[in-house]
Amino acid sequence: MPSPKRIGQIEFGLLSPKEIREMSVRKIIWADTYDDDGFPYPQGLMDLNLGVIDPGLRCKTCDQKASDCPGHFGHIELAKPVIHVGYTRLIRKLLRVTCRACGRVLLSPEEVEKVVGTEDDLTGDLLSEKDVKKERICPHCGEQQLKINFEKPTTFSEVMVEDGKKVEHKLTPADIRARLEKIPNEDLIPLGINPDVARPEWTILTVLPVPPVTMRPSIILENGQRSEDDLTHKLVDIIRINQRFKENQDAGAPQLIIEDLWELLQYHVTTYLDNEVAGCPPARHRSGRPLKTLSQRLKGKDGRFRGSLSGKRVNFSSRTVISPDPNLSVSQVGVPRAVANEMTVPVRVTPYNIEELRQIVRNGPTRPDVNSPCGANYVIRPDNRRLRLGADNLDTVADMIEPGYTVERQLRDDDVVLFNRQPSLHRMSIMAHRVKVMEGRTFRLNPAVCPPYNADFDGDEMNMHVPQTEEARAEASILISVQENILSPRFGGPIIGGIHDHVSGIFMLTHDTRWFTKEQALYLLRYTKIERMPEPGKVEDGVEYWSNKQVFSVILPESLNMVFHASSCQNCDTCKKEMCERDAYVRIIDGKLESGTIDKKAIGAFDGQVVNRIIRQQGMKRATKFIDDFTKLSIRGIMLDGFSFGIDDEDLSKTEYGQIDEVLKNAALDVERRIRIYEDGQLEPMPGRTVEETLEMQIMQVLGKARDQTGQIAGRHLGLGNSAVVMAVSGARGSMLNLTQMAGCIGQQSVRGERIVRGYDDRTLPHFKKGDRGSDAHGFIQHSYKGGLNPTEFFFHAIGGREGLVDTAVRTSQSGYLQRRMINALQDLKVAYDGTVRSTGGKIIQFEYGEDGTDPTKSAFGDPVDVKGIVESILKEEV
Amino acid sequence: MSTKLNVIEHVMVPDHQIMSEDEVSELLSRYNITTEQLPKIYHDDPAVKMIGAEADDVIRIIRTSHTAGRAEAYRLVIRKPKK
Repeated sequence: MPSPKRIGQIEFGLLSPKEIREMSVRKIIWADTYDDDGFPYPQGLMDLNLGVIDPGLRCKTCDQKASDCPGHFGHIELAKPVIHVGYTRLIRKLLRVTCRACGRVLLSPEEVEKVVGTEDDLTGDLLSEKDVKKERICPHCGEQQLKINFEKPTTFSEVMVEDGKKVEHKLTPADIRARLEKIPNEDLIPLGINPDVARPEWTILTVLPVPPVTMRPSIILENGQRSEDDLTHKLVDIIRINQRFKENQDAGAPQLIIEDLWELLQYHVTTYLDNEVAGCPPARHRSGRPLKTLSQRLKGKDGRFRGSLSGKRVNFSSRTVISPDPNLSVSQVGVPRAVANEMTVPVRVTPYNIEELRQIVRNGPTRPDVNSPCGANYVIRPDNRRLRLGADNLDTVADMIEPGYTVERQLRDDDVVLFNRQPSLHRMSIMAHRVKVMEGRTFRLNPAVCPPYNADFDGDEMNMHVPQTEEARAEASILISVQENILSPRFGGPIIGGIHDHVSGIFMLTHDTRWFTKEQALYLLRYTKIERMPEPGKVEDGVEYWSNKQVFSVILPESLNMVFHASSCQNCDTCKKEMCERDAYVRIIDGKLESGTIDKKAIGAFDGQVVNRIIRQQGMKRATKFIDDFTKLSIRGIMLDGFSFGIDDEDLSKTEYGQIDEVLKNAALDVERRIRIYEDGQLEPMPGRTVEETLEMQIMQVLGKARDQTGQIAGRHLGLGNSAVVMAVSGARGSMLNLTQMAGCIGQQSVRGERIVRGYDDRTLPHFKKGDRGSDAHGFIQHSYKGGLNPTEFFFHAIGGREGLVDTAVRTSQSGYLQRRMINALQDLKVAYDGTVRSTGGKIIQFEYGEDGTDPTKSAFGDPVDVKGIVESILKEEV
Repeated sequence: MSTKLNVIEHVMVPDHQIMSEDEVSELLSRYNITTEQLPKIYHDDPAVKMIGAEADDVIRIIRTSHTAGRAEAYRLVIRKPKK
């Protein structure tokens, strides 16, 4: 499929002085802008021929109003030519490859042919400075060439040899222009210049275009003073110097003064074009701020290209802090009333909705509370006039509207909005949610949608956008709703799922067997719209009890069958299945949790096996409901027992502390023993390693083992009654290693995977003897975070911690730049209907998407079909 | 004495074949494209030189693929511009 229009070619050329004068509507000679009455000077920089910015005035060129006049160029006649900084490299090249006398290229036609190729067989190469030897003799006129020196930003000079000494002779822009004029047209083509559109002498300015006032409007400050644009300031400078130059020239001033003024004029024109040239102090505003001149307007992130064309500011968007609300659905977003009152959706008036819209108009622009119906802020008449609704005109406007009008209605519950958090690294960074208007000042979201946005609530802000057309709303709700983005295309599994307390809560709720009374069971299931309770699991003394697994089963789809191992599974050699003492063998038969604990593996973000299976079997909608249900159930589950962690949760008993001390003492002794063996020269090096490396490895190993042992000792004391253990085992947060470091021993600190060795000569700190290889001299921390570190340990810990910080900082900046380049390279590729990946020009990039034409979100972890899962689901047992 | 390396025999170099005119026209009609829309390969690519393909030939490259097992790609040989 070809694109609608194909660009044949693009021509790049220079503006000739003739063209500049032709496009100019006015010669500018006065440096002043406005007179005392605030009226522009004729032939001044704000001349009315250059366009108008003040409302009420008309342009003298096109006779249009300020809003319609596009502006027109003027020009300044420069007293003497000056170099255009943007072309200094081209000028240097041309001066070096052409003859100073005759202007021809310093190569014979044969030499040119060698580089460029013959007329019918062009090599595609162009002449460069390297092809011409320095200071050679012109093959055309025999003139001895001189070396051309270029000094940034705009100084060119010839190097002459006089009396055996090298003397630099400065070239004025006029000299350079004269030389460039001499280059014949034929000689320009092998240099890569098309003389029809770019004669080289046009790189030296003799006349300067003055941009229209519309691109350098002056602003009126609060105190009524006019403040001119940076470009205008710069143009004023140029005209002033130009004027002075002319006066001095006419008065026959000495050459020295003329040269100074010429240089000053060059400086002003240079900074007018580019205020960040190397070797040139930037022109500054009176306040000391560097001026933003022409090239600064285009360059960089906030420049015209990246800032105004590739990306722009938009209307109908809002931004505020986010905070969690587990009672919302994942597909909802809580919107503050203040935001909902300000943001609008346009609704066309039809005979079918006119009464409803009249009522909305009558409600007016202020919504007193979240439960009141929405109002409207504007009404657009068929002639596109906007009427702002206020308390005084509600009824008149309501009676006025008829089909053909548009009402800009306020946001209300269940409107579709786009929700986004920067950096938008993948497509799930922008998802469509349904509005829930709430009190408060923050956007509220279900914590289960934090993983795709990578959001947390430590002050993160997010953006909301309101689609304005039916098409946009349809696309938003069908393609980018949260529901459709549960599966990540990155790994084909659910990226939305339980986090933190969802996992801890569901773990505590479903672990082992517990019995709930009807009251408790209903409390747990309060928010999940269940229709009836299952049969009670047991009846004791006439009281009905439901098991914790029954309660969880209520939210499962009835036909669900699956068997898997939970996160708490220790991968024993022989699985004890249902008899697992950790209750890690999960068996769900016909939507009933028969055994096992639900945790991160089952419902967690990135893992979520149960969520994944529900999506495959029952679809996105059911999965969304399941996520909504288990987030609510788990939060209530965790509230049933309460869940907290305090400093005394890291306490161990005397026996454990004794054992830990023992282990650490033995480890220190072991290290000392090995050092002695090394010092006696008895240490046998490992293959491919020096003796020192072997010793280091052995020490690391011994100390690592010692730390793990302290962890095991601590772990024996801390059971599932400990919150940190619950979080580690269920996969909610943290690991047993974190707990080891809190209660047992922090262990070896490392820099680049080795023990800490930097610092003083042969020692890390002056507290240690030179050459001490012991464990505490090289960053082994034998205390725990609870017990507290001694000063040297604290220092080593800071060293190790700093390495981690630096690594993350470096990684994010590098991967950010990589991502930017990848996106620029890949952004317009798409999968065509024939399965090929093509660019916008119809060029084929891949003959079959991913070589197998498979959508990763629809595959089972890389395979087209999840055979094992299907068999298990039918046989209802593990295969 | 030097033995010349034959890149085609290297395990990591996939199978390159020159396509006949009929095959090329079938390929172009299958994807409804012109040769310009094919991916390109330079005429001085070691594998291209080894199988003796010239500019404007179309080459079939058969790779083993992680995802599909076997994947075919086609490339138009073009002259490499100097520099």
